[in-house]
Amino acid sequence: MRSDEIAIRAEGLGKAYTIGRGPRATTLAERLVKAARHSFTPDTGERFWALRDASFEIPVGQAVGIIGRNGAGKSTLLKLLSRITAPSTGWAELHGRVGSLIEVGTGFHPELTGRENVYLNGAILGMRRREVTQRFDEIVAFAGIERFLDTPVKRFSSGMYTRLAFAVAAHLDAEILVVDEVLAVGDQEFQRRCLGKMGEVANAGRTILFVSHSLHAISTLTSRTLVLEGGRIAFDGTTSAGLAFYRALQADGADSVHAYRAPAGRTGVHVAEGRVVTSIADGMHRHGEPFALSFTLDVPEPVSQLCFSVHIHDETDRAVNHFWIYGDGPAFRSATGRFEVRIDVPTYRLAMGRYTVAVWVTDRATHQIFEHLTNLCPFEVTMDGLARADYDWSPDHMVYAEDYTFRVTRI
Amino acid sequence: MISRVVVRIGTGSRTPFRTAREIWHYRDLFWALGARDLRLRYRQTFLGVAWVVLQPLVAAGIFAFVFGRIARVSTDGQPYLLFSLAALTGWNYFANVLTRASTSLIQNPQLVTRVYFPRLILPIAVVPAVLVDLIVTTIAFVGIALAQGRAPSGNLFALPLAVLLFTVLALGAGFAAAALAVRYRDVQYLLPVAIQMALYASPVAYSAFAVPAEWLAVYYANPLAAPIELMRWSLLGTPAPTFNHLAYSVAAALTLWLTGSWIFRRIERSFADEI
Repeated sequence: MRSDEIAIRAEGLGKAYTIGRGPRATTLAERLVKAARHSFTPDTGERFWALRDASFEIPVGQAVGIIGRNGAGKSTLLKLLSRITAPSTGWAELHGRVGSLIEVGTGFHPELTGRENVYLNGAILGMRRREVTQRFDEIVAFAGIERFLDTPVKRFSSGMYTRLAFAVAAHLDAEILVVDEVLAVGDQEFQRRCLGKMGEVANAGRTILFVSHSLHAISTLTSRTLVLEGGRIAFDGTTSAGLAFYRALQADGADSVHAYRAPAGRTGVHVAEGRVVTSIADGMHRHGEPFALSFTLDVPEPVSQLCFSVHIHDETDRAVNHFWIYGDGPAFRSATGRFEVRIDVPTYRLAMGRYTVAVWVTDRATHQIFEHLTNLCPFEVTMDGLARADYDWSPDHMVYAEDYTFRVTRI
Repeated sequence: MISRVVVRIGTGSRTPFRTAREIWHYRDLFWALGARDLRLRYRQTFLGVAWVVLQPLVAAGIFAFVFGRIARVSTDGQPYLLFSLAALTGWNYFANVLTRASTSLIQNPQLVTRVYFPRLILPIAVVPAVLVDLIVTTIAFVGIALAQGRAPSGNLFALPLAVLLFTVLALGAGFAAAALAVRYRDVQYLLPVAIQMALYASPVAYSAFAVPAEWLAVYYANPLAAPIELMRWSLLGTPAPTFNHLAYSVAAALTLWLTGSWIFRRIERSFADEI
C-alpha cells in the first residue's frame, strides 16, 4: 500500500438548510397554505450553511481528528462523508469501503437477544453475515457478555448494552472509518479499551476520520486535525498545532459567551437555551455561594425515559461534578413541549479555576443521544475574600474545597 | 493491489442499475431486517400465528354474512366463506405489504439519520414477514377447504405468480408512499382509506360476474382484479382471469414499480434532512 495514495478527496463540500420560515410544513395542508401565502411575496426562506467550501485530501492510512465548537459543522461533515445526507454543493470521493459510526447500537431492538442484535447491527453497518459469524466470538469477548448472549437486550444494564454495541462497531472491517464521538459512552475502563481498539485500527493502515469533544482522544489517536468554525475549515494541520488553535478559539469566545442558544433551525429533542447563574456578574462565581444552572429544553415528541444530565468540566476537560434529573417525576417524561430545567446548589464549593458545562439529553430506553453539548457557559470560580486567605490558593491544587471546622488541643 | 471501491458523493445521478447492484450488495441487511420482523411477530408463538389466521377469517365471516346471507351476491357456485377467504388471503398480503412499506421509513428515523444503506431496502424488507403470514393463512385455508371436502387442485402452481404480482404492485405503490410519507405525514391517514376503497373496487367480496358488462372495461382497469381472480382460481377453481387481463396487470405492475422507485429515488436525497 503506497502512503501517497488518496483515501478521501473533498472539493468544495457544502450543506445548506432552509430556515426562517417557521416550522416546516409536514402535512399537505400546511404546504398548500404556505404556498398560497407565499405566492405573491418573495421567498423569505433564509439559507443557513451548516458547512461551506470544505476541501481536503486525506492519504490512505492517516488518522484525522475533527474538532470545533457546537454547531461548527462537524456532524454535518461526517453525515455527508458517510452518505447519510446529500451535499448542496461540491463533491467528494472515497476510495475504499466506508464504515461510519455516527452512533453505537443503531437499530438495536430491545426485544431481540444479544446474539440477534449483533447480526442485525452488523448488517445495518454494512457487514456481510459471514463476516459477523467469523468475528462473532471476538465481538462477544470484547463486550464481555458471553453469559447473556441469549437474553433480550432490554434486560441488559446500560453498560453491557453499550459495550456490546461498541464491540460490533469496533469489528467493522472497513478501509475508511468515519467515527463520531462514540467513545463518549461507557465507563473509564471501557473508554480506555475503545481508545486502544481505535489505535489498533489506525496502526493497521486504515484511514480514520474522528470527531470528538475529547481533546485527549484526538491527541492520542490522530496526527492531523481539522478545526471547524462557523461551518468552514478554519485550520488544517498537525494535531498539536490544531489543538493550540482550537484552545485559542475557545478562549476568544469565553469572555462574551456565558449563555448558550441552540443554532437556528435545530429541531427534535434539544436544549434551546442554557446558562449558569453565578454569584457575581460576568460568569464569575465566589466559592461557597449559591449557584444555579438553568436550561430550556424542547421536547416535541414524547420520550418516556428521557434523561437530562449536566457535567461540570475543569480546564483539563475532566468532569468534576455531575448533576442529573432523576426519578419518574420530571414533567418532560410525561408530556411534550418546552420545559425549564433548573438545578440549584445552595453552596457551591468548586475550587478556583475555569470551568465549562456539558449537557447530555438521552433516551434511556433506546440509548439514543438527542443532545451532547460541551464547552457551554464558561465560568470562573474565585476564592478571594475567604477566611482562609492566609493560604496561597492556586487552581491546580484541588478541584473542590469543603467547609470544615477544626480543633487543635494540646494533649 | 486489489482495486478499491470508489464512493462518489454529490456527483452524478443514481441510475436504477446502480441502485439494484447496491441493494444486491446489501442483501444480508434485507434478510436481517426480515428476520427481525419475523422474530418479533412470532416470538410469542401461539398468539402470533392465531392473529395472522384470525384476521382474514373474521373479515371473511363478516363478508359471508353481509354479502352471502343478506345481499346474496354471486359466488360462481362456491360456498361464500371459502369464496371470500381465498381472495382475502391474497388481498391481505397486498394490503399489509403496502401499508408496512409505506411506514417503513418514518418508523425507522434512527436508521435513516445515522447510517447509510440503500434506503429501498427498508420497504422491500417488509416482504419476508408478510410472506410468512401469507403462507400460514394459505395453509389454514387449505385446511378449512379440506374440512369441507375440497382438496386443492393442480391449479396451485399459479399461486406464486399471483403472489409475485401482488408483491410488485404493493411495493411499487409502497415505494412512492414511503417516500412521500417522509415529506407529508398525511400519507399515513390517506392510505388506509384508499386501500379500503380498493377492496370494494376489487372482486374480493363478490364475483366480477356481478359487474354489468358495459362496466367491465373500467372494472378491469384495476390491476388488482386479475391477480385476485388468479388467486381464487388456484385455490378454489373458480373461473380464471383472461390472458389479456392478466397481461394488462403485469404491465401495470411493472409501470407502477418503475414509477414508484423513480419517485423514491427523487426524494431519497433529502430523507435524512426531512424525516
